[in-house]
Amino acid sequence: MSKQIRQLDRVVIRFAGDSGDGMQLTGDRFTSETAQLGNDISTLPNFPAEIRAPAGTLPGVSSFQVHFADYDILTPGDAPNVLVAMNPAALKANLADLPRGADIIVNTDEFTKRNLSKVGYQVNPLDDDTLAGYAVHPVALTSMTIGALADQDVSKKDAERAKNMFALGLLSWMYSRPYESTLRFLERKFARRPELVAANVAAFRAGWNFGETTEDFAVRYEVKPAKMPPGTYRNITGNAALSLGLVAAGVRSGLPVFLGAYPITPASDILHELSKHKKFGVLTMQAEDEIAAVGAALGASYGGALGITTTSGPGVALKSETISLAVALELPLLIVDVQRAGPSTGMPTKTEQADLNLALNGRHGEAPVAVIAPKSPADCFYAALEAARIALTYRTPVILLSDNYVANGSEPWLLPDVNSLPDLRVEFATAPNGEDGSTFLPYLRDPETLARPWAIPGTPGLEHRIGGLEKADKTGDISYDPANHDFMVRTRAARIETIPVPDVEVEDPDGDARVLVLGWGSTYGPIGAACRGLRQRGLSVAQAHLRHLAPMPANLGTVLRSYDRVVIPEMNLGQLAHVIRAKYLVDAIGYNQVRGLPFTAAELETMLEEVLKNV
Amino acid sequence: MSEPISLKLTAKDFKSDQEVRWCPGCGDYAILAAVQGFMPELNIPRERIVFISGIGCSSRFPYYMNTYGMHSIHGRAPAIATGLSATRPDLSVWVVTGDGDALSIGGNHLIHALRRNVNLKILLFNNRIYGLTKGQYSPTSEVGKITKSTPVGSADAPFNPLSLALGAEATFVARTIDSDRKHLQSVLRAAAEHEGSAFVEIYQNCNIFNDGAFDPLKEHGIRDDYLIRLEHGQPITFGKDGQFCVVHPPGGFGLEVRETAATRPEEIVVHDANVTDPAYAFALSRLPGLDLRNTPIGVFRAVERPSYENVVRAQLDAARAEVTETPEQQLAGLLSSGDTWTIL
Repeated sequence: MSKQIRQLDRVVIRFAGDSGDGMQLTGDRFTSETAQLGNDISTLPNFPAEIRAPAGTLPGVSSFQVHFADYDILTPGDAPNVLVAMNPAALKANLADLPRGADIIVNTDEFTKRNLSKVGYQVNPLDDDTLAGYAVHPVALTSMTIGALADQDVSKKDAERAKNMFALGLLSWMYSRPYESTLRFLERKFARRPELVAANVAAFRAGWNFGETTEDFAVRYEVKPAKMPPGTYRNITGNAALSLGLVAAGVRSGLPVFLGAYPITPASDILHELSKHKKFGVLTMQAEDEIAAVGAALGASYGGALGITTTSGPGVALKSETISLAVALELPLLIVDVQRAGPSTGMPTKTEQADLNLALNGRHGEAPVAVIAPKSPADCFYAALEAARIALTYRTPVILLSDNYVANGSEPWLLPDVNSLPDLRVEFATAPNGEDGSTFLPYLRDPETLARPWAIPGTPGLEHRIGGLEKADKTGDISYDPANHDFMVRTRAARIETIPVPDVEVEDPDGDARVLVLGWGSTYGPIGAACRGLRQRGLSVAQAHLRHLAPMPANLGTVLRSYDRVVIPEMNLGQLAHVIRAKYLVDAIGYNQVRGLPFTAAELETMLEEVLKNV
Repeated sequence: MSEPISLKLTAKDFKSDQEVRWCPGCGDYAILAAVQGFMPELNIPRERIVFISGIGCSSRFPYYMNTYGMHSIHGRAPAIATGLSATRPDLSVWVVTGDGDALSIGGNHLIHALRRNVNLKILLFNNRIYGLTKGQYSPTSEVGKITKSTPVGSADAPFNPLSLALGAEATFVARTIDSDRKHLQSVLRAAAEHEGSAFVEIYQNCNIFNDGAFDPLKEHGIRDDYLIRLEHGQPITFGKDGQFCVVHPPGGFGLEVRETAATRPEEIVVHDANVTDPAYAFALSRLPGLDLRNTPIGVFRAVERPSYENVVRAQLDAARAEVTETPEQQLAGLLSSGDTWTIL
């Protein structure tokens, strides 16, 4: 039977099922196949904090959304064109996000009376008009998978578990995806159990063949490769890119990397990833608590390593006192905060940008640090290198503010030439720096960077003591002198304020925009997509995005003042907007939501259109 | 192997140029002098020695040592020292702490450093009081202690620091006294020779807020009847005339003090610091009464277990042994691992 093939420029698919159904893996595989084909991609996993919430319930639903296109895209997509619902809970939890006309593929085997009642469906939604207006494809996914594996040497349970591969096979057929990488993946994943390789491959092929033969799917789709700059790509999540950036910082600085970390969602993956890279000399320590994690990192920095700690908001709060010590000691220290919805445990698997105040100000005393934020998953690699550069060059703690959205989302990454990455080599102090030629002054600063010498233990002749007590300028001796304290406080502030950071760039292709949208961190994608939408409709809007939050770019004030209106969308209640208003006396408008999800491009576009009307 | 060259250092080499600012008469002076006097014995260049402290009177210690040093934050010295020691196994890292610093605010870091067996020499100056905050009771103060914060007596039971350390899987546990320089230095010597965490409790007099806390262990004529001087391989007897001894009564769980005259010699416990089962050292740690009678000093326990840094270094070395590429080549390989695709 020959099928009609239709060309699309973009598609958003959401795979949804029970936390145990393997939806994250299914989404990952589909993404990888799509990357191989050369589409641009953006993904958004969404899962509960519970490892296995009760089966078939709404809290147990896990989903993975992938957006792919034949042009460059910025977000995982506002609304899915296709929903794969592995059970009634997955249908119910996601239906509200679907526009009318969307395709819904449901696993009818799971639509039993018991499963329906678990989520409050009195009547089977496949039988009434709940799904009117959608293109529903009922597929007996579980039973067909079990049927397809009848000849395989696997238990019924293992056969049933392969149903996600059936779904993947069907979707791969539907969107004409190359599947060789999935077959290779299955061989790797189940290397020790060949019978499971065979079963999962058979399930995948059964799904593919089902699409080919069933009359329910009359159309097959193609999305052509996107025009992307030449080079080698891989698909990467923010946490993975950040980890690789830290390894790269070790290579480019020539310093051993030490990570002290305590497990916390959504930062733990960085600990997992770095623990695999011992051959780079990366030493990871799972500490007894968040305080020990940062303490050990600071101890490692004191000894001449690149000391790093990774955590999320509650962990940063615990580390606060040690970060202040690092400010006083003027040693390099990298603190990665993968933000999640707070306060307290909040919604640990959901995203938010509400730790900006904490990063900028959350310490006792006057304790300024540098703060930077990546704007996308792949950008986490470069943000990590930049954070390391600042920490090492200026001998200061640096807070890197990632968030759950960029950490777990993914996009294609054009692999850099390793030799083009910044040179992060440092010079340790090796000789006395006093005028008499024999005295060592641990707080005598480099006039350009205001950094003090990094004199690591083991260096003969430079034995000295440092500590949390206020130090006299130059000598580092304990000092209670009022004028000295005033001088040291101001110097520590100036040290951060004068770090040269690149100017903020403004994207205003029409050149006549009167409204500037200013963002930071992970909102880059949705803001950019909203601006494109407006421009395609003939409206002018300018976009600027902050990577450096402390210190801020030198040209920021000028940029802000050259627009009639400045709008700041944030996934918090206006933390950057407060800073901008206080620092630049600009009457910025905040647009804020804290739903644990990224902005949709559509909501930002609607909001900005209103602003444009009123300037 | 040839004998290492003597560095010919003296106590004076370990004195920093900073003015010592403890209260006159503080036990810390004696400890500082004993440590400075002992350091040359290590025959380690000063630049490879690091003292890390937390907060409190004792934690000012690093400022007075002409080595590398860090006066850090309250309770966190073991954690900071762990990061240093793990990345710099070439250094000799010493932690100086107090009863409040190590057992109250920093209790978690202390027990985890001990269980990991990080190569740290931890000196806990125990004066059973908060000195720097001017006289509140500490986690080693006796029940009912009347202090500024407990005007009708403290309600909480104290820690026994050695029992705690043993419970935390410490491989080396010892106790000594500020005023007994010779004994203090002998314990430091044993601690320095130990691979892994060495936990040393030093009874230290705070003459301002808890004066005389350990007097029975110091006064001539009395102390010999109070102190049990542990000597590896020797039967445990004590008292002015050796009139007391330690036995392990059949059927009992712990150790007891008896009169030597009424005890058969073979019943007297012979001290063995190398006993693997921590129950023995724990039983020793439980001997002292509230009046300080039967207080053992010396090395309670010294057993072999690979240090944390040796284990993690071995993992790193094993991983790096296979590497033939330059770091840049390795990195390029890592970045392009997994599923990649090329656009021409």
